[in-house]
Amino acid sequence: MSLPKPDELLVGVNLHKTPSKTWMDIKAELRKGMYCGIVDPKTLEELDLNTMGSWQPSDEKWPLPENWKEIVKEEIRKRLEKHRSFKLFMDICVRCGACADKCHYFLGTGDPKNMPVLRAELIRSIIKGEFSTFGKLFGRLAGARKLTEDVIKEWFYYFYQCSECRRCSVFCPYGIDTAEITIMMREILLQLGIGTDWALKPVHNSYYIGNHVGVPPQSFKENLEFLVWEFEDITGIHIDLDKYLNRKGAEILYVPMSGDYFADPGIYTMLGILVLFHYLDLDVTMSVWAAEGGNFGYFNSLEMAKRLHSKIYEEAKRLKVKWILAGECGHMWRVWNQYHNTWFGPFDYLEVPKSPITGTVFEQAKENKIVHICEFTADLIAHNKLRLDPSRNDHLIVTFHDSCNPARAAGLFEEPRFILKHVCNNFVEMPENTIREKTFCCGSGAGLNAGENMELRMRGGFPRANAVEYVHKKYGVNQVIMICAIDRAVFPTLLQYWVPGVDTGGLHELVANALIFEGEKSRTEDLRRRPLKHPVKGREEPTEESTEEEG
Amino acid sequence: MNALISFIIFGILVAIPWFGVGVLGLQSLFGIVIPYICFLVFMIGLIYRIVYWAKSPVSYKIPTTCGQHKNLASPWFKHNRLENPFTTFDVILRMFLEVVFFRSLFRNLRADLYGKRLIYGSAKWLWLGAILFHWSFFIILLRHVRLFTNPVPGIIEKLDYLDSFIQSLGVPPIYITDILILAGLTFLLLRRFIDSKVSYLSYGSDFFPLFLLIGIGVTGVLMRYYFKVDLYAVKQLTLGLATLHPTIPEGAKIGTIFYIHLFLVSSLAAYFPFSKLVHMVGVFFSVTRNMPNNNRYKRHINPWEYPIKHLSYYEFQERFKDKMIEAGIPIDEEAKPEEHKWYTMYGPNKNI
Amino acid sequence: MYNANKVIPGIIIFILFFTIPIWLNFGRLEAIPKPELPKKEKKCIESKEYMRAYHMKLLDDWRKKAIRENKYIYTASDGKKYFISLQRTCFKCHNDTEKFCDKCHNFVITHPDCWDCHIAPEVAKKWQ
Repeated sequence: MSLPKPDELLVGVNLHKTPSKTWMDIKAELRKGMYCGIVDPKTLEELDLNTMGSWQPSDEKWPLPENWKEIVKEEIRKRLEKHRSFKLFMDICVRCGACADKCHYFLGTGDPKNMPVLRAELIRSIIKGEFSTFGKLFGRLAGARKLTEDVIKEWFYYFYQCSECRRCSVFCPYGIDTAEITIMMREILLQLGIGTDWALKPVHNSYYIGNHVGVPPQSFKENLEFLVWEFEDITGIHIDLDKYLNRKGAEILYVPMSGDYFADPGIYTMLGILVLFHYLDLDVTMSVWAAEGGNFGYFNSLEMAKRLHSKIYEEAKRLKVKWILAGECGHMWRVWNQYHNTWFGPFDYLEVPKSPITGTVFEQAKENKIVHICEFTADLIAHNKLRLDPSRNDHLIVTFHDSCNPARAAGLFEEPRFILKHVCNNFVEMPENTIREKTFCCGSGAGLNAGENMELRMRGGFPRANAVEYVHKKYGVNQVIMICAIDRAVFPTLLQYWVPGVDTGGLHELVANALIFEGEKSRTEDLRRRPLKHPVKGREEPTEESTEEEG
Repeated sequence: MNALISFIIFGILVAIPWFGVGVLGLQSLFGIVIPYICFLVFMIGLIYRIVYWAKSPVSYKIPTTCGQHKNLASPWFKHNRLENPFTTFDVILRMFLEVVFFRSLFRNLRADLYGKRLIYGSAKWLWLGAILFHWSFFIILLRHVRLFTNPVPGIIEKLDYLDSFIQSLGVPPIYITDILILAGLTFLLLRRFIDSKVSYLSYGSDFFPLFLLIGIGVTGVLMRYYFKVDLYAVKQLTLGLATLHPTIPEGAKIGTIFYIHLFLVSSLAAYFPFSKLVHMVGVFFSVTRNMPNNNRYKRHINPWEYPIKHLSYYEFQERFKDKMIEAGIPIDEEAKPEEHKWYTMYGPNKNI
Repeated sequence: MYNANKVIPGIIIFILFFTIPIWLNFGRLEAIPKPELPKKEKKCIESKEYMRAYHMKLLDDWRKKAIRENKYIYTASDGKKYFISLQRTCFKCHNDTEKFCDKCHNFVITHPDCWDCHIAPEVAKKWQ
């Protein structure tokens, strides 16, 4: 599969031109590079899900179950009964078009069915055509149509071109949230047995092995060991890893993201967090079983999301911790912030989170007892508990990418910026309409960060990359900071394609690099072994040698 | 095409009372029976719709947050209560601005692609058109209370007086809202034709209410300035409707234009509960706007939540025990297998 | 039904709002006032139907003719000629605005500014 060059990719995109045929007459043409492959039946079976056997979306005839129409209608009806959100959003859209050019996939493809309103119409029209008398009577005039096999293909194609980022919901006068609709639609497809390999394999891994990438506990430890060795080699500071793994009776349970102990550059964020723990001598532990804060289940069904995350609280109980600390991740924080308490509460076996370092009580997590690491670190900095030297990050000119869900499903805007301003000297914002609640998705969220849909990812990530390019050219930005593990996994590819020369990193990597340790050694490199602008002068090497000689 | 069919339907709706009253003389049907029926359809239909929504539970607390959250631990981060409500009062403020001033629409942007560069600009026209139309419509609705009450409350009288305070444009003085509503509606209609994206996604059912509303506005304006009607007789009729003693005034003739106006209003009322116009009450139900972002602070309960199937630590540890011991990861000897009743909505084991 | 504690008050507010006239009329409804018709004359210058709907337009046309065009003769549709003057033609029969004009105007709430300058004979008497 060949991805066009950056200069050619957008040639056909015109945001103000629409096809001559009405959208109902245009059959979804499943273009290679725009969708993900289907998962193997074994994975589905082992997750207690329906399967359609071995097939791929490119097949002319999909092996839908015989009674697929009844299943779909039944599942739609069920979801209308269970979720007021879905029911309401199916009724109240006035098609004002305010959302039309807010979707990053529309901006990158120009495909009208990527306008959030039309994405929702893909199902709204079926509900009208199959359930409503008015719709049946007036048909197309009222925006109604019949359920056909082509509609299923269309749903698969377009509901897997939505990253559930909620940007449209910000602009909608009624708050219609396409993410909610996409969740429902993916659930219905899943019930038929349609699920993508990239969104379900991690679920399988997380369910059986504990984390998305399928790293077994021993490798989890090895990966962390590698990180702390590196750190010791660079700074001379030794981190004792054992106390952080599967230890009972700690005060805090930290839940990492597998992306952060699996691949560059996420691993530096993981390292940053371990370094912070060590610096504070924090009474914290990680479960080798609940070693995944992220949740790919959420990209398939709400039930699957709940199935994956229940282990976090099971482990909190088993390890007898007092409260839970969450790492830097996007959809993760949405699930934690908006769903956990409803799914797993009440939590009598935990205590209201209280920072053992500053004594601050995290009252906002009074019932759920979960704290985001940015809230935790911001509190430390505000109480002057960290000795930081921001000039150690002077080799970087950074900008901050608000990840969709910490932004639009939590409102975590100021904490990361506060931390960032204390750990580095060169921080610039991207253009106003592309940050905070108006931030753009990386283009690969919600289980779309696969290899086979690379064109979709590059198109969807274009608005974000374009804003990065702006600050890269204007201010020389060379690093984008983000608090999302998927972001950290996909930005390198995205920026390599659109804005070569800009690195990707997590927030706590910079925190760790700016931390001043007692007894650290002199160094000229940062934690990634990139040259520092001002070499760090630590304790002098010869002294140590001479002490040894004397001894 | 969509617009054309809608316009034809609209034309038929205009022709019905024209023929019915103008030719057949069915004043009672068009002046009393149809308005009553349509009003009942409107009320019952909309209440039915509200109950229909309310029958589905709010499964999760999923507000869209467009501003800084309330960090009780670090209160110096300025909480944006309007965009990220934490208390019920915050929610009321947010909803008030949303319903009354269309705050979300005010945020609207326009994106343009120049080669490889995306440019965003402010785009407040839609907001302006919407505000003009909705507010004018609301004031006009209130103004019409003068035809349904006797004596007319002072506040309605004042409203009427304020609305018509520009006296220099002829007799009778022009209503400001008449101009504004037609300007607003014309804009909203034109953008459905001109803006290629909006045009592409518009159905007949998007044009139809606009035609109806413009029809109502135009007949109303015509009645005031050109084809005048006997207002005294009109009020006898309308007051009769409101006091449930409907009569067609005897000895007075009300122009057909009045019946066209009334029939279009009746059509709008009857169409309302079955169309996108239900957004009027729907906006109050919008779960991404009408809930506080405080699920960590105060638990939201989902009535149909059920226990799910999951793997236990015991099973995990059994599988990896040797490797864990080898790697020096502590083993939990107390870990026990765990069984519980579980439900699923999916797959072969589906039991709910 | 869920959230009944909010939905039911909402429905009540909705019903109350759209039946507002009933509540505003409640206990204070007045009989529809009847304008007192002139006793001497049975026919106005134009038909009753026309006068009821268009009198204001006619007066406005008269005003323009008299003031702007200096024309004082109005030919009615039946061919009769009238002198264009509110004071001298209309008030001849409708000599008490309070018993005639105001009755309807107050009923339907319209606020013509005729009486800013003109005073009908019967009204003037009260001030003398």
